[in-house]
Amino acid sequence: MTARPAPSTPLAAFPPWQRWLKRWWAGLVLALGISIVIVYYYNQVPDITTAVLRSTVRQSTPLILGALCGLLGERAGVINIGIEGQMLLGAFVGFLVNVWTANLFLAVMAGILTGALLGLLLAFMSVTLKIDQIIGGTVINILSLGLTGYLYTAGLLTEGKLQSIRIAGLADIPLFGPVLFDNPPITYATVFLVFLIHYVLFYTKWGLRTRAVGEHPRAADTLGINVYLMRYWNVIIGGGLGGLAGAFLTLEAVGSFERGMTNGRGFVALAVMIFGKYTPLGAWGAALLFGFATAMQTQLQFGGKIDIPHQFIGMLPYVLTIVVLAGFVGRTRIPAADGIPYEKE
Amino acid sequence: MSDSPALEVRNITKRFPGVLANDRVNFKLGKGHVHALLGENGAGKSTLMNIIYGLYSPDEGQFFVDGKEVSIKNPHDAISHGIGMVHQHFMLVPVFTVAENIVLGAETTRGTTLDMRTARREIRELSQKYGLEVDPDAIVEDLAVGTQQRVEILKSLYRNATILVLDEPTAVLTPQEAGELFQIMDQLTEKGVSIVFISHKLKEVLFVADEITVMRRGQVVGHTVPDETSEQGLAGMMVGRSVLLEVHKNPPSLQQVALDVFQLRVHDERGVDAVRNVTFQVRGGEILGIAGVQGNGQTQLAEALTGLRDIEGGTITINKHNAPEMNPRALVEMGLAHVPEDRHKHGLVLPYHLGDNAIICTYYIPPFSKGLRRNERAIMDNAERLIAQYDIRTPSPLVPVGHLSGGNQQKVIVAREFSRNVSLLLANQPTRGLDVGSIEYIHQQIIEMRDRGVAVLLISAELDEILSLSDRIAVMYHGEIVKVVEASTVTRTELGLLMAGSTGEPDQPK
Repeated sequence: MTARPAPSTPLAAFPPWQRWLKRWWAGLVLALGISIVIVYYYNQVPDITTAVLRSTVRQSTPLILGALCGLLGERAGVINIGIEGQMLLGAFVGFLVNVWTANLFLAVMAGILTGALLGLLLAFMSVTLKIDQIIGGTVINILSLGLTGYLYTAGLLTEGKLQSIRIAGLADIPLFGPVLFDNPPITYATVFLVFLIHYVLFYTKWGLRTRAVGEHPRAADTLGINVYLMRYWNVIIGGGLGGLAGAFLTLEAVGSFERGMTNGRGFVALAVMIFGKYTPLGAWGAALLFGFATAMQTQLQFGGKIDIPHQFIGMLPYVLTIVVLAGFVGRTRIPAADGIPYEKE
Repeated sequence: MSDSPALEVRNITKRFPGVLANDRVNFKLGKGHVHALLGENGAGKSTLMNIIYGLYSPDEGQFFVDGKEVSIKNPHDAISHGIGMVHQHFMLVPVFTVAENIVLGAETTRGTTLDMRTARREIRELSQKYGLEVDPDAIVEDLAVGTQQRVEILKSLYRNATILVLDEPTAVLTPQEAGELFQIMDQLTEKGVSIVFISHKLKEVLFVADEITVMRRGQVVGHTVPDETSEQGLAGMMVGRSVLLEVHKNPPSLQQVALDVFQLRVHDERGVDAVRNVTFQVRGGEILGIAGVQGNGQTQLAEALTGLRDIEGGTITINKHNAPEMNPRALVEMGLAHVPEDRHKHGLVLPYHLGDNAIICTYYIPPFSKGLRRNERAIMDNAERLIAQYDIRTPSPLVPVGHLSGGNQQKVIVAREFSRNVSLLLANQPTRGLDVGSIEYIHQQIIEMRDRGVAVLLISAELDEILSLSDRIAVMYHGEIVKVVEASTVTRTELGLLMAGSTGEPDQPK
C-alpha cells in the first residue's frame, strides 16, 4: 500500500447536478458567451449570421460522427486513430455506389458498411493480433489513402446528393428554424445518434459493460463478460459511424469525391472526442465549436472585411485543435485500459 | 441441510509448461465452515482457486457442489453454482460507483434501461443482512482498501454466492481492517456461507479457520484443525522441514559509526515535510530497526539516504562522507547496499535475466566489463555462483527475473547487494509478501551481515520482523522519530503505542 494523498473532497460527495456543473462549467460559460455574440450579430446582420450558423452545423456533422466513432472504441479500450481512413474510404465507396446504382440510400449504407469493415480490421489487429493500436490505425489511414488514390477516376458523375428536409412549422422560427430544422437526413441522424449513444453508454447494460471493458477488462472477465467480443462490436459499430461521416461528405455535403477530401477531419474528430471528455454530449458541443471556427474562417476569408492574410484565417480551426489538445489532453481522464490489449491469463 | 460438503474437488491436476502446479489435489469445504488453504508462494493455492472459479481449466479432476458433480469451465459456471471469489488484487472498476461494480455482468433492466434503483435497494438489503456497511453511490476509488474488499464480498453475495473464496484477503489490510474482516467472516458463516481462506500467515489462519489444508509444491501435504497444531507445526508442514520462527543472534559487537543522520528534513512529492528533524546513528555490527505504520516518512527517509531524493535540511554522513553531495553510484561504490521497498519498481529490471540483474550496479567495472564490451563469461559465472550461494530457485540464469516467484526475486536482490563489499545496509521491507521459508532465509542473511560488522538499517512495518532482528528500535510517527528503545527490553504493546504516536509520557499541553 502506498500512501495516496487523500482526495480533498471526493466528487461523489456532491449532488449530481453540482458534479455535472463542476465538470462542464468551462463549456457552459463558452456556450453562453457564444450565444450572446450570436444574438448580437443576428440583430446586426441576420443573413450572414444565419449563414454562418448553418455552415457550423454542416461542418460539425462529420466531426461529431468521427468523434462518436473514436469514442465507442476508446470507451471499450481500443484507440482508433484510423477515423480519417474510415471516413475517407466510406466517402469513396458511398460515392461509387451512388454512381453505379443512383440510389442514395444504398450509397449511404455502403459507406457505413465500408467503415464497419475497416472497424473489423482494426479490431482484428488490435484485439486478436494485439499489435500496437497506433500502428493499426495508421495502417487503416494509409490503406484508405492509397486505395482511394489508386482507384479514383476523375469525371464520375452522380445523380445528385441528399437534399434538405424542411420541417414545416419549426423551420419558420427565426434564427433557429433555418439552422436546426432545414437540414439533410444525415445531419438529423447525427443529432439523434448523439443522444442514442449517450443513452446506450450510460443507461444500458451494454454501455456499462463497454465502459467496464475499457477501464478494467480483467474485472469484467472475472464476471463472465466477453472482453474480446465487447471490443470487437464497439470498434465495428464505431467504424460504421466513421463510414457514415464519410458518406456525409460525398453524399450530402459535396456530392462528389476528391482525393484526400477528408482533409484531416478524422484527426480533428479525435481532438473533438478528447475535448468532449469521451462523452457524446461533450463531443457534440466540442464539434459545434470546431464547426463554428471553420465557418467563421470561411466567412472571414470570403466576407473580405478584414485585413488579415487569408492563410492566417485559414489556420483558425487547426490552431484551435492544437490549443485544445495541448491544453486538455492532460486534464481529461482517459479510460484506464485504453490502448492496452487484453491478455487472458 | 444435507451433510454433504458445500464444495469438494477430487484429483485436480493442472500442468503449466515445466511445472506441475496442482498434483491430484483433493479439497473439501464443509457447509458454514472457514477452511484455510495454507502454503508458500507458488505452492499452488491460487492455481487451485482459479480452477475452482473457472479461470483455468484443469487437466484432470472433478468438482462437486452440494454433493452433486458439476462442470466448471468459466467464471460464469462458477457463479451459477454459487461460487464467488475475492481476488487478491481487487477486480473493481475504480471510476464506477459501488452499485455499478456490484451489478456489472448481472444487471437488472427495465426495458433496455439499467435499473439502478432496484439494484441500490437490493445492495442496501444485502449490506444490512450481512453487516457489510457501504454506500452504493460512492465511487470505488475514493474508498479505503478495507471498504473496497467489502464491495468485492458484496459482489459475490449479490450473485447469490454460498461459497466464497478469499485469496490472501489480509495482505492489503491494516491490522484493524483485518480484525473487521474476521468479524464479517463470522457473520457470513453464521448465515450459512462457506469460506475458503487462502493465506500464508500462520497466526491468522489459526485464529480464523475451522479446518486447515496445507499445500506444498502443488500437492496437499496435510490437513488439520487449529486445536491440534501450532504455528511451528504449520510452518513445518508448509516448508517441509522445521523452520526457525525465532531468529537467534549473538549480542552485537559494536564498531564505528557508519551512518550518522542529523536533523534531517525531507519533502514528499507534494512538497510537504515527510521527514522532520530526524536524528540517529547506526554503528557497524548493529541493526537499527525503524518501526512505524506505513506512510509515516519511511519511504522518503530511505530515498534520501540512497541519494534518490533531495534533502531540505540537516546532514547525512555515511562513513565520514557527506552523502547528499554524492550521486547514487558514488554511494554504492562507497559501500552502501540497498534492498528497496518495491522490488519490481526499484529493485530489478523485470525483463532482464538474472545474470544482468545481478551486475546492475557493477556492470561498468572489471571483471564484468572489458573495455567497452561486456564480459559474458564473468557475468554468467557470477550468476551461477550467486544462484548456488543464495539458493535462488531458477531453471537457468538466463530466465527473465519477472518470471521468478517473489521470494526468488527478493533473493536475487539480496544476492546482488550482500555479495558486494559493503559497510552499510539499508533494508526496506525486505520480506514483504514473502513466504515463511524465504523470510527465514533473508533474516539469517541480514544477521550474518551484521555479524560481519556491517551497519544495518532495517525499515519494516512488520512488528515481528523489527522485534526479532533489531538491536535497537527507532519508532517513526508523522515523520519524526518518537523514541529510540532497546529491542531486548521493549514489549509489543509499548511499540504499538509508540507507533500510534504516544510517547509513553504524559501529554504536554500545547
